[in-house]
Amino acid sequence: MQTIQQIQNEIIDEFDFFEDWSEKYQYLIDLGKNLPNFDNNSRIDSNLIKGCQSKVWLNSSFKNNIVIFEADSDAIISKGIISLLIRVFSGHRPEDILEAKIDFIEKIGLNTHLSQTRANGLLAMIKQIKIYALAYQSKQ
Amino acid sequence: MFDVYKIREDFPILDRIVNNTDLVYFDNAATSQTPIQVIDAISDYYKKFNSNIHRGLHSLSADATSQYEESRTKVRKHFGVSENHEIIFTSGTTHGINIVSSGLQSILTKDDEIIISAMEHHSNIVPWQMLCEKTGATMRVIPIKNDGTLDIDEYKSMLNPKVKFVFVNHVSNTLGTINPIELIIELAHKNNSQVLIDGAQGAAHLKINLNELNVDYYVASAHKLCGPTGVGFLYGKSELLNSLPAYQGGGEMISNVTFEKTEYADLPHKFEAGTPNIAGVIAFGVALDYMNSIGFDNIENHEKELLDYATENLKKIDGIKIYGDNNQKISVISFNIGNHHPSDIGSILDQFGIAVRTGQHCTQPIMDFYKIPGTVRASFSFYNTKSEIDLFIDALIKASKMLG
Repeated sequence: MQTIQQIQNEIIDEFDFFEDWSEKYQYLIDLGKNLPNFDNNSRIDSNLIKGCQSKVWLNSSFKNNIVIFEADSDAIISKGIISLLIRVFSGHRPEDILEAKIDFIEKIGLNTHLSQTRANGLLAMIKQIKIYALAYQSKQ
Repeated sequence: MFDVYKIREDFPILDRIVNNTDLVYFDNAATSQTPIQVIDAISDYYKKFNSNIHRGLHSLSADATSQYEESRTKVRKHFGVSENHEIIFTSGTTHGINIVSSGLQSILTKDDEIIISAMEHHSNIVPWQMLCEKTGATMRVIPIKNDGTLDIDEYKSMLNPKVKFVFVNHVSNTLGTINPIELIIELAHKNNSQVLIDGAQGAAHLKINLNELNVDYYVASAHKLCGPTGVGFLYGKSELLNSLPAYQGGGEMISNVTFEKTEYADLPHKFEAGTPNIAGVIAFGVALDYMNSIGFDNIENHEKELLDYATENLKKIDGIKIYGDNNQKISVISFNIGNHHPSDIGSILDQFGIAVRTGQHCTQPIMDFYKIPGTVRASFSFYNTKSEIDLFIDALIKASKMLG
């Protein structure tokens, strides 16, 4: 089982291969396309993350002390970004999620390729992930 | 002689490099860029004239006051108004609307009706909703047709003796549609209803004569007309502005203050409480001078050429859908490509250095009408070029390919 930091390092290595922004975007688009769509039961307003220009839905479950995240979006680049977040955060213990320092976004240069609106949306997603983790931790 | 490349030299920001490529600025409906003459006017004010207006006896204050009031004259003349005091300087269109909506709280009653349209910016919806909540008046909405124009027949049928006010935009910020405001005003007046026109988009592209238009109120913002942000004006007929209660209390807007009673100043000062954006107002006058030196005929012709050229080339892109594709528009195009989310298109265009707007453009009812999450909106100004449109079309085709 990889740690959150190990997964982040793996993503950073993958992005090192890309030579320009268009390859990074193409990769995000492909990731977005490969992330399964939610069914309509989960595409509900209570799962929406506020602060994104596109709609982003985040769902979580908690089993055997592990948090599982699922997410969806109506915009494909957002979906690609959340697919990376799920890869990083899903399947870990709440305390590990809460303690994780997220450095891959900066290191893969994503922050410089996101508009302020998008960057705020990304922060809102991470915040929501951590809020879920905190809720599950306090339930234990 | 209209020379777009010569004009571009006046706009320092157009030389900017964005994401390692030349900036193509197609978000003019949100805010226009600022020519060096206007930037210099702001800087000159702080270097040479900075002082408070209307109050000081000293020369500096007298200079600033005369420049500020000269700007009012420029706005009055440009917009075909007969009296200077009918021009109230505001912080922008939204502020102008709120002065009127707040004043109408004591005038409108629960038996009254007001009419807005389905293509209004949120800032020409929400203040009237708040007004209706406070007074109990009923708000009715002129529907839009599929081609992005207003359903005027429906408007005619909505007019009845209860309708006291009609609030419509001159030009839709999302679709670019130029509304038939002459007809809307004429029909309203026959019905004894007053009309406020939101000119945020119209004033930047069309030469307007407010006296001929016989409109009751007109509001606009300087920053869409090559002026600074945080400045705009409210035009109102004298007798109407006089009948509205003051909006904000403070200095400048009074003629006599005792603890028992305050007497308000005459127009326009009644609505200009506090120290205004003096540099901004002066620069607004300079912006109007600048646009008039280019000429609104030239501006309209060039922008029409850009609109036609862009529309023709956009239509060649597979899966494109243009919203409000009618022949009564300014140079604004709202569209989507296939099922791609507008924010995906916008993000990729940004990487190509192309600035467009994506989303709902503060007009959620239009999005609900077309049943879409938003659009990509490209809006052109007189300093844009056909070669920029070529870059834009090329980038769109690439974006569409990337998104698959």
